[in-house]
Amino acid sequence: MSGTFVGMPAFPEAAHEAVNNPTLRGNLRHATHTIRAKRAKAVAEVSDWSALREAGKQIKDHTLRHLDRYLVRLEESVTAAGGIVHWAADADEANRIVARLVKETGESEVVKVKSMATQEIGLNEALEAEGIRAYETDLAELIVQLGRDRPSHILVPAIHRNRGEIRDIFTREMSEWGRPAPEGLTDTPAELAEAARLHLREKFLRAKVGISGANFMVAETGTLVVVESEGNGRMCLTLPETLISVVGIEKIVPTWRDLEVFLQTLPRSSTAERMNPYTSMWTGTTDGDGPQTFHLVLLDNGRTDTLADEVGRQALRCIRCSACLNVCPVYERAGGHAYGSVYPGPIGAILSPQLRGTASEIDASLPYASSLCGACYEVCPVAIDIPEVLVHLRERVVEGGPVTREGNKVVLKPAKGHAAERAAMRAARWAFARPGALRAGQRLASRTRRLHPRTLPGPGKAWSDSRDLPAVPAEPFRDWWQRTQGGKGDAK
Amino acid sequence: MSSRERILGRVRRALADVPRDDTPPVPEGPGRDPQYEQAVSRAYVREHGSRSVAETVDLLAENLADYRAIVHRCTADDLAATIAGILAARGSGTVLVPPGLEPEWLTAADVEQVPDRAASTPHELDRVDSVVTACAVAVAETGTIVLDGSPDQGRRRITLVPDHHVCVVRVPDQVVSSVPQALERLDPARPSTWISGPSATSDIELDRVEGVHGPRTLEVILVG
Repeated sequence: MSGTFVGMPAFPEAAHEAVNNPTLRGNLRHATHTIRAKRAKAVAEVSDWSALREAGKQIKDHTLRHLDRYLVRLEESVTAAGGIVHWAADADEANRIVARLVKETGESEVVKVKSMATQEIGLNEALEAEGIRAYETDLAELIVQLGRDRPSHILVPAIHRNRGEIRDIFTREMSEWGRPAPEGLTDTPAELAEAARLHLREKFLRAKVGISGANFMVAETGTLVVVESEGNGRMCLTLPETLISVVGIEKIVPTWRDLEVFLQTLPRSSTAERMNPYTSMWTGTTDGDGPQTFHLVLLDNGRTDTLADEVGRQALRCIRCSACLNVCPVYERAGGHAYGSVYPGPIGAILSPQLRGTASEIDASLPYASSLCGACYEVCPVAIDIPEVLVHLRERVVEGGPVTREGNKVVLKPAKGHAAERAAMRAARWAFARPGALRAGQRLASRTRRLHPRTLPGPGKAWSDSRDLPAVPAEPFRDWWQRTQGGKGDAK
Repeated sequence: MSSRERILGRVRRALADVPRDDTPPVPEGPGRDPQYEQAVSRAYVREHGSRSVAETVDLLAENLADYRAIVHRCTADDLAATIAGILAARGSGTVLVPPGLEPEWLTAADVEQVPDRAASTPHELDRVDSVVTACAVAVAETGTIVLDGSPDQGRRRITLVPDHHVCVVRVPDQVVSSVPQALERLDPARPSTWISGPSATSDIELDRVEGVHGPRTLEVILVG
């Protein structure tokens, strides 16, 4: 995955800062609570929600189980419809392919539709290094790009910004990138949206190259689908002469008909609408309408490694709706940046450590960024059992074991951070296997109990600040049992 | 080894646990593979609730309006006058016309008609006030109109760049209840655009605001 977040501290450390930022917490609380209630209402409108959810899960599982066949099938369909298919094993390769394709057009700027895959591979930075400027055109992505910020939410990357902050960013930065913000811009959302419209319009109208992701790719027809709200997607997908779509290999559905499930579940789960304002579907190229050159870059970048994990592979069902972020009590307080990845929230906590591996501090800590309350699983429109995968990944971090990295089977070492816990467990195992030693230890503990401290020393101090240590009894249970013959003699 | 072979090889190794007798149904055409039909349980409904044809059209009108489209209803005889009224009220001087639009629809309108030509640049389209099109299908449950680039709807860009889109839906023929029914009517080979209300965004504090890059005013005429 991208180098954007390299060097991130572990989740608890990163979250600490966020939790102490009252503006951020206020912004997140307001936004997540607004959308939560709306989503519940939009879902309640549909009487067969659980059947749609189950069908979505089964379609995705089926596709993943036969992914090789469907990838080949998709390649055939897209090629037959006039598209050109490229394969990228990792982020670097995808970035190289896109940069080459842009250079071949002779252009030095591109317009982009919001896309998680291109965020993931750090495409904008890679293009910048090649002298190509990428303009983000989704309103929230624009706010992030102008603010030299990082995304903090899958659907609304600028969710951590309130309207006042957005006004300030527009006023300060728009002139650097093109048309300046209107004089006297206020912080009403309608005015802010208007400012973005004016700023981006000149870029859309002159753009020769568009870059997108896709929400779905239909294997049987070669159709790509982009679901959006603002119309920036339609601009990027139809006005340029060349379109380059970078899409994760897990975005396939087998048939055209399968869209009937996801076009019902995705809008209601993400923006809590019956239907989002605009959905674009295109199959290869169409004479006289839209881009006449279409490239599809199929991206692996850790997805096949994730597929190799029998428990963890369900994360690849994700349709990036972000419902799990909006209901998560940890996300609401810690915010998206603490997750150190373009995929924050509960889905990020299971996706990032699988796509990137658990070698870094942040990735090893992500499976712990959860209280395992299960709200994410409840709302997931493809029924990803996120708590199950979190526990599975915790086990992998603590105990190590075989995993697949870049297509190769490797054996992970147990994480260092858990040495004390493992030492304690080893000691317990030793003592429980030796009754004499256990008895001696228990007696020693009982006889010295008046000397025991009320709080733990060293690193345990913070934990025992708000908790009482369990009181050690005057006599070990086994001694009492023997002395009283199981309570018959002396009931003392 | 090419990246294609590398990725496909990784996928196959990753799926080593999938039983060999689990034959993959690879459908050869829309809905034609009985094996794939069995692979997925589709217990969901084809449409929600039961409604008369008139009620379905009413629901479409209601849901379009709920997402801030302006809805008009008229008979076929009144259509030209209705379109003329809408364009006059908007103060439109120029209107984009897709090549296959019924010529009678614009006979009453006092506007300059701009035919869409392949050579029209986006900047030229941006100077036109309004666009009038037909549609391919409309979905009542979601308040959606779908365009598929047929001659009476034109290229995708002509309903995108102008700020005012007037869309004519023939009721009840072009109206279906649900998303599954709409997909059945569409040809995957044609580019399609699903439109539910005017352009909007939820990017500021997750609250919906109408009017970003697409047409900020969407008027739908239900004719029939």
